[in-house]
Amino acid sequence: MSEQTNTIGHAIDRVDGRLKVMGHAKYAAEFANTDVVHAVLVQSTIAAGTILAIDALVARSMPGVIDVITAENAEKLHKAPEIQQAISFPLLQSNEVLFNGQHIAIVVADSLQQAQEAAATVVVRYRPQDAVTSMEGRDGDQRKPSKKLNGKFEIDSATGDFSSAFEAAPVKISATYKTPVEHHNPMEPHATIAAWSGDKLKVWTATQGISGTQQTLAGFFGLAENDVTVICPFVGGGFGSKGNTWTPVTLAAMAARHVKRRVKLEITREQMFFSNGYRPQTRQALKLAADRDGKLLALRHDGVIATAMPGAGEFAEPVALISRMLYACPNISTSHRLIDINQSLPTYMRGPGEASGSFALESGMDELAVALDMDPVALRMRNLIDSDASEGKPFASKPLAECYTKAAEAFGWSRRTPAPRSMKNGRMLVGMGMATTSYPTNRMKASAEVAMLQDGTVIVRCGTQDLGTGTYTTMAQVAAAELGVSPDRVRVELGDSRLPKAPVSGGSMTTASVLPAVQEAATAVREALFDMALKAKGDQWHNLDRTALTLDNGAVVGPNSQLGITDLLAQASLPSLSRKVEATPSDEADTFSRHAFGAQFAEVHVDPDFGTVRVKRWVGAFDVGRVINAKTARSQLIGGIVFGIGMALMEETRTDRASGRFANANIADYLIPVSADIPDINTIFVETGDPITTRLGVKGIGELPTVGAAAAIANAVYHATGKRIRDLPIRLDKVMA
Amino acid sequence: MTDLNPTRRTVLCAVAGMSVLPDVPQNALAQTPPSHTALSVTLRINGADIARPIEVRTTLLEFLREQTALTGTKKGCDQGSCGACTVHIDGHRVVSCLTLAARCQGHEVTTIEGLAQGDVLHPMQAAFVAHDGMQCGYCTPGQVMSAVALVKEGHTGTDDEIREWMSGNLCRCGAYPNIVAAIRDVADHTPARG
Ligand code: FES
Ligand code: FES
Repeated sequence: MSEQTNTIGHAIDRVDGRLKVMGHAKYAAEFANTDVVHAVLVQSTIAAGTILAIDALVARSMPGVIDVITAENAEKLHKAPEIQQAISFPLLQSNEVLFNGQHIAIVVADSLQQAQEAAATVVVRYRPQDAVTSMEGRDGDQRKPSKKLNGKFEIDSATGDFSSAFEAAPVKISATYKTPVEHHNPMEPHATIAAWSGDKLKVWTATQGISGTQQTLAGFFGLAENDVTVICPFVGGGFGSKGNTWTPVTLAAMAARHVKRRVKLEITREQMFFSNGYRPQTRQALKLAADRDGKLLALRHDGVIATAMPGAGEFAEPVALISRMLYACPNISTSHRLIDINQSLPTYMRGPGEASGSFALESGMDELAVALDMDPVALRMRNLIDSDASEGKPFASKPLAECYTKAAEAFGWSRRTPAPRSMKNGRMLVGMGMATTSYPTNRMKASAEVAMLQDGTVIVRCGTQDLGTGTYTTMAQVAAAELGVSPDRVRVELGDSRLPKAPVSGGSMTTASVLPAVQEAATAVREALFDMALKAKGDQWHNLDRTALTLDNGAVVGPNSQLGITDLLAQASLPSLSRKVEATPSDEADTFSRHAFGAQFAEVHVDPDFGTVRVKRWVGAFDVGRVINAKTARSQLIGGIVFGIGMALMEETRTDRASGRFANANIADYLIPVSADIPDINTIFVETGDPITTRLGVKGIGELPTVGAAAAIANAVYHATGKRIRDLPIRLDKVMA
Repeated sequence: MTDLNPTRRTVLCAVAGMSVLPDVPQNALAQTPPSHTALSVTLRINGADIARPIEVRTTLLEFLREQTALTGTKKGCDQGSCGACTVHIDGHRVVSCLTLAARCQGHEVTTIEGLAQGDVLHPMQAAFVAHDGMQCGYCTPGQVMSAVALVKEGHTGTDDEIREWMSGNLCRCGAYPNIVAAIRDVADHTPARG
């Protein structure tokens, strides 16, 4: 195959880049804008209690207002399907209020402005109850999660005997780390346009999982799955917030059925803080013990996590999973406990579990290195392990040592002098810190269809999503490589529930799930073309070994001659040749523990007088398996680090204790990194492949670069200042305190 | 730009003051419902005149997204804090969510759709593609519009200067380093002003 058709691993341009820079990529709110009426949500202003009455007389009388929907006149929905994506509260099915900001009414009007104005006039009378608005002081209410973590991991774990090992160990640390509520804040607010025709529902919605949305809506409205169509060709960022089918999606469909019109429901930036999950607040107690050479002897990680009141669902951030598998340690004990509070339901957010959990574990490892007077990289090297002790399985691949070495060298770690406050740049205190990252390599079954048209165009169809991760591009590359065409001859169709089914784009699993399906379907098309060519060439290619054939630029190429695909298909009177394949992970894969790894190195400058922390340099080396597209992969790694820098230094959603309301619910007061906060970022691919998970060797890299980032910065801040900050975000007041 | 200064907020207050807002719900039916004068406006957008009847409080962003098919301009916050809605008015960058449509009459509005010459991308658009200055693409139109203006403003002396002057455009995907590289590329190939 020539270079031009096999672009696997190359840095080719994103195939949807042109559409995006021209403003022609269409997001959910931008479809079907004619003949659409607008819905606006009214939210509760108390955190707990009962709605006694909603007075919408004024709203209903205002110009353009079509109706106001409350629990009084809303349709009764069917029971939610038993899938994690189906969020069933609040859907106007009762008068119960479980959190402040809860959706309690929908105003539908001809224009958005009319709906907004009318919504502001709705008057609600409540019978308030005492609300739990913080996990502080609620330790007596700690409870076990009701389900396994992420659906499959034990809530608690114990190997060996932590207590006696910790007791007897010569060097130990014990500390508590805190992480705040953080919101995903993708730039595209969640939006849905819902249209009914008879008993068939079509929605254009911003989602990371079109199939989950389809199933959820079919369930709530008692429809067959095929009667619900979900369209989402572009997602303006998700980071976990668009993984579930949050209630505004269902509410939009309810409103559309209620007013018998096509309804658009775009939630506001402020409502994004109450409507689609967040990373929950955690408090994590960590104990580490080692011998004098730095060999870990005992590790204990206990997470206490805030979650919603049971009526609003349950989410348990699995913070301690990473402590079960990252290092060699004979005595490990972990636990997860929840505290219910009157807040909306938290959910997965980039690096769920690992991002918060690694802040504790990797800060703790740094504290242990200090206690041992040992280099932090050397400490981690000393505790490498080839197998996952928690699962009793070998790792499918684990080039972590190489990640440490490559990143340390590129970073210039050897120039670091270990003592805190020992490095300066002018007035600035210089700090260098590092941390390990790891995230599971997930894969689920996925289907794809690949078609070769007579004119040599290839069509790839798969009901997956592209959140900006490069899925359109990598799908085109894989099909092109198999079929000997240039990627620009491949047209990718995704984001439509009528396409072959694929899993939710979450858990960093899209590449590992979808590309094998595309590859297998394309291989099947190629083999079918070979069959046709062998038959057409008759005696000439008689007895030819098919491995002697290749597909290149629109022809089946054999020894001494070739056969154009156009002719081949025309002779067979086929306008196109297509194959559909469902690709499933192998049973063998289950006998391995599958994770990606990496090493994060950060340099910060801290102002000694003001406590301001600036990240000045970043080097990350990541076990990416195998890179499909060097350009989009690098972008994803950089983006994940930027996300982690935000987590470390700025992000925190604060709750007003009196009302239980998120107080900084806008994107000016909820700080996320801007361009001026982000230094040069050097990302290194460590490509040793993963032969177990997929034939392509890929590992998911969406979450990996966020994990460990906050600890790397906290460790760098300690090195710069001698101050250990165990409470995110690391703001100047904590540095100066 | 002085004549564009009134923000949506100040005008909304003025509108609210003029109309009768139903703050006593039980008397509501006896009150006059608020009426928002419909205006007929003609805006010059990407070189074409577009005439529409609008409510006075309609922002330029809503005008573009809801009343024309120009959805390339994005709504990220509707509060002036994210830059996703950045367009040019008479060549200057402004956030269209804080700009009233009615105030744009007599001015040249350029949106992301007006940047390319037919199929030929503007150099900044081409640089964003080449440097992968995007992921999800939602902030991208605003970033590109800001970047084009920033080069004209002459804020490309150093990469830090670019970072500073691009900091009104949020990108949650974290494409910042690639965006800086794209702008640097264009700036280095743009003759200095004057
Ligand atoms: S939408 Fe205008 S600044 Fe965010
Ligand atoms: S590319 Fe997604 S927000 Fe910038």
